[in-house]
Amino acid sequence: ADVISTVEFNQTGEFLFLATGDKGGRVVIFQREPQGEYNVYSTFQSHEPEFDYLKSLEIEERINKIRWLPLHNPAHFLLATNDKTIKLWKVSERDKRAEGYNLRDEEGRLKDLSTVTTLQVPVLRPMDLLVEASPRRVFANAHAYHINSISVNSDCETYLSADDLRINLWNLNITDRSFNIVDLKPENMEDLSEVITVAEFHPHHCHLLAFSSSTGTTRLCDMRASALCDQHAKLFEEAADPSHRSFFSEIVSSVSDVKFSHSGRYLLTRDYLTVKVWDLNMENKPVETYQVHDYLRTKLCSLYESDCIFDKFECAWNGTDSVIMTGAYNNYFRMFDRASLRDVTLEASREVCKRRAVLQPRRVCVGKKQKETDVSVDSLDFRKKILHTAWHPKENIIAIAASNNLYIFQDRLTPNGHHNTPEIQSCRQHHNNLMNCYEHI
Amino acid sequence: GNRAAQPGTTQRAEGDDSLYPIAVLIDELRNEDVQLRLNSIKKLSTIALALGVERTRTELLPFLTDTIYDEDEVLLALAEQLGSFTVLVGGPEFVHCLLPPLESLATVEETVVRDKAVESLQKISQEHSPVDLEVHFVPLVKRLASGDWFTSRTSACGLFSVCYPRVSSTVKAEIRQHFRTLCSDDTPMVRRAASSKLGEFAKVLELDYVKSDIIPLFTALASDEQDSVRLLAVEAGVSIATLLPQEDLEDLVMPTLRQAAEDKSWRVRYMVADKFSELQKAVGPEITKNDLVPAFQNLLKDCEAEVRTAAANKVKVFCESLPEDSRETIIMTHILPCVKELVSDTNQHVKSALASVIMGLSTILGKDNTVEHLLPLFLVQLKDEYPEVRLNIISNLDCVNEVIGIRQLSQSLLPAIVELAEDAKWRVRLAIIEYMPLLAGQLGVEFFDEKLNSLCMAWLIDHVYAIREAATCNLMKLVEKFGAEWAQNTIVPKVLGMANDSNYLHRMTTLFCINALSEVCGQEITTKHMLPVVLKMSTDQVANVRFNVARCLQKIGPVLDSSALQADVKPVLEKLATDQDMDVKYFALEAISGMYPFISLTFQHISSQKHFNSPLYCFFFSFSPCCLGYRRLHCVIVKFFKHYLWMSCIYFIYSCIYLFIWSTCTFLKGSSDAHFPQVDMIL
Repeated sequence: ADVISTVEFNQTGEFLFLATGDKGGRVVIFQREPQGEYNVYSTFQSHEPEFDYLKSLEIEERINKIRWLPLHNPAHFLLATNDKTIKLWKVSERDKRAEGYNLRDEEGRLKDLSTVTTLQVPVLRPMDLLVEASPRRVFANAHAYHINSISVNSDCETYLSADDLRINLWNLNITDRSFNIVDLKPENMEDLSEVITVAEFHPHHCHLLAFSSSTGTTRLCDMRASALCDQHAKLFEEAADPSHRSFFSEIVSSVSDVKFSHSGRYLLTRDYLTVKVWDLNMENKPVETYQVHDYLRTKLCSLYESDCIFDKFECAWNGTDSVIMTGAYNNYFRMFDRASLRDVTLEASREVCKRRAVLQPRRVCVGKKQKETDVSVDSLDFRKKILHTAWHPKENIIAIAASNNLYIFQDRLTPNGHHNTPEIQSCRQHHNNLMNCYEHI
Repeated sequence: GNRAAQPGTTQRAEGDDSLYPIAVLIDELRNEDVQLRLNSIKKLSTIALALGVERTRTELLPFLTDTIYDEDEVLLALAEQLGSFTVLVGGPEFVHCLLPPLESLATVEETVVRDKAVESLQKISQEHSPVDLEVHFVPLVKRLASGDWFTSRTSACGLFSVCYPRVSSTVKAEIRQHFRTLCSDDTPMVRRAASSKLGEFAKVLELDYVKSDIIPLFTALASDEQDSVRLLAVEAGVSIATLLPQEDLEDLVMPTLRQAAEDKSWRVRYMVADKFSELQKAVGPEITKNDLVPAFQNLLKDCEAEVRTAAANKVKVFCESLPEDSRETIIMTHILPCVKELVSDTNQHVKSALASVIMGLSTILGKDNTVEHLLPLFLVQLKDEYPEVRLNIISNLDCVNEVIGIRQLSQSLLPAIVELAEDAKWRVRLAIIEYMPLLAGQLGVEFFDEKLNSLCMAWLIDHVYAIREAATCNLMKLVEKFGAEWAQNTIVPKVLGMANDSNYLHRMTTLFCINALSEVCGQEITTKHMLPVVLKMSTDQVANVRFNVARCLQKIGPVLDSSALQADVKPVLEKLATDQDMDVKYFALEAISGMYPFISLTFQHISSQKHFNSPLYCFFFSFSPCCLGYRRLHCVIVKFFKHYLWMSCIYFIYSCIYLFIWSTCTFLKGSSDAHFPQVDMIL
């Protein structure tokens, strides 16, 4: 239940918050202290296990996705979803308390009525800061299948929620109605050939949304053209190499995550073996393709047997869109510098991550070990996987969720106090000294 | 004590007894139960009255200002209350004391609360003196307009227009500047708010400033990158167009509006279509002819069904408001071709929207054009596969009737209606039945007898109960329209004839019809014609018919005179009360106790309805598979316990016993009737 199922930084980064959701339905919010460390700010139970009596289905409490809303007022808002229900939470601070009753004393005992001769209006007195999370809205009963993603529109008025076959559009203020904008459900379920894996809104253009499917395609829809977006505006798909076709090629090409770059020009997609960067203006092939763990290509059969081949890895952009990060097995995660085309493999585990320690790059070798620190493919632990990663929208701070541990790394400060430019160079040499390591208990 | 020293004591001079309820109210302002807090907030005026104006200002309002942590419903009530608090703080002189709490309410995240706070602020702004307005109100608007959070800035947008007319010209300039800033705010939420308030603000501005300030803002908002901002600008454009003199419209507003009608986003075009008649009014006949007609054509042909639906809805109003001299030509040459295409649209909502207004065109076009051009379209829509489309046509037949006359209508449209009335889907038939009284009213008695009467009678023997039920109800409405005499001649003989039908369902329909018709037909027809038939049916061999006779007699009782009640009805009911079937017995007893209360006191409690109305009773009988059969049993049980047990226990014990009996009966799988004697014995 403590296994982290999603990690998300606050969008603006002005108030440094980081939220994680776990399999037990809990949301934990971390706040960055002035010294740069993240501490737990608030913890609350967002979802409870439920049972759908009509369909005899258990609904897990696991938090599938968290999305922060742009700031409204001093309070913070986030959307959290499990398989069926999306909830809007408000996290607010309170530092005043009302005091003074007419008919009772402060302990709550009734006063003698004869002593009550004047009316007393309660007064507010300062108290210790209290952080409260309260559910503001519950968006339920709109999805027949499991919700895999939610995404807030740049108009800050609407958001989408996607399940395996449909995408719904909601108004944040209206809980009893949503509009179905994409429906892939065929009339006959036997004709079903693909499912939606992720959907996301464009960061600036309120009418654009991208969704990817299990067949490895990503579609871009323009909501201006029509109320129903079943017809896509663009289809991003790379022609499969016929020489590489195998039983697994469709499974490994399934897109597990899609992220728009902060600039809005590129799309980042993650499939089982690679991350790809697409230019929105070029549909037929990605502009960049990075191999995450190509050495697994020969081991797909055993990965299929252990179901690992269906793992859904997430990917992330850094604040300036110059570096890409994604997770892998054996508690490794990978970073790719787009300009220098350099890449690095790092490990997030309790053994290597000492406070303030600098992470050492790892290497996985296929054949014989060349160095002491190298790890052979056969000794990779496929149970230790990093599925959920997030990069701070402005700074070089990353959050890595490995099972029930959350690791937060920061670019090490250079002597003049400025952060290093996020080159892989810096990644390798002094990037990522561990700031905090949290265990979800 | 020293109460006299306290301010505001005049209201509570009567002593501590009057203090207590107020003290409770104040304490409940911070009760843990939301409902109690809400109640307390709703009585805020009582609290304020008790505290007096000074303590309200110095103590209550500061407390309320910081209470913004509360639930939305409490805040909403608070925002509403404060709008009418002026007297309670000491009149217009002190009205500015209400600004701090409303200001904090105007910054909360919940839209409804903010809107209510803004509404209250608008209200109390009128109670400010011009000086107070500049000293207190305008600074508040400025604070909100330059607030850190978008919530306060959106609230500010709604406040400019109320203070603008009443301030000095320097302050006016500042206000305009603030509004400009908000129109180019970073967040789409604020731009949306500014866009939606633009028209309202333009109304209070001097015409020169409308031209110099508002037009550029409007143009900018109408080409915003966010769809949601642009679509709100359309409405503002309509308001602005009403303010400008005709000669300026072409240069200042039309380019932007034209662009909106061809916007890439269907939502913006939808908004244009939705506001089309307002727009038409605002821009006047010349521009309508030159610009709006082609724009309207395009909207009717839009690629998005939502837009076509909105445009189709406006067809009639648009055509009606066209300038008289060229109306017919424009409709015939420009609008009608588009309408013809819409009739066979692929989207049902488009067709349905069109069907609801298309009949209105006939009055505008006159008889010849209607017959030649519109009737074929009506016919196509009447045969549409979607019932909603057909219904919309039928429900508007009267306007065509006026234009082309009944004969024409009957020849062309009636066959289609009759076809629908015999549709294989019972829901379609049901919908048609519901329109029958309307149609009858439109077509008149003569025509109805000739064409539709047989149809109405045929429904009475429909094989779907819902249709038979609707048909009886329909008969009642027809009689209401055409009168009792007509009923006696045309309907009553046919209805009564069914009493001899071999099918007991049809015989029951007779009874149901009598239930419905007795009142509208009056005493004479009921006593002379209906009653004998009902009485005769009391010897029917089917129990369902017999107990419905009992129910029917109870129903028509009030219509009959007392001699008939005593001489004819009572013996029959008494006989039914000794019937073998328990349901018949039950309803006969109920009828007797309902109609002859003085001679049947013994049955009083049965029909007193007290027990039958209890939730528990309803609970059981709604779940019970054979509820009718157990009703009498229930009575016996209640009667039994009534004398021996505390009333409040009855339902509990009764429910246990009832469940036990029910499960035993079910378990034994015998016919339920067979087991009742046993049950009685147990008791």
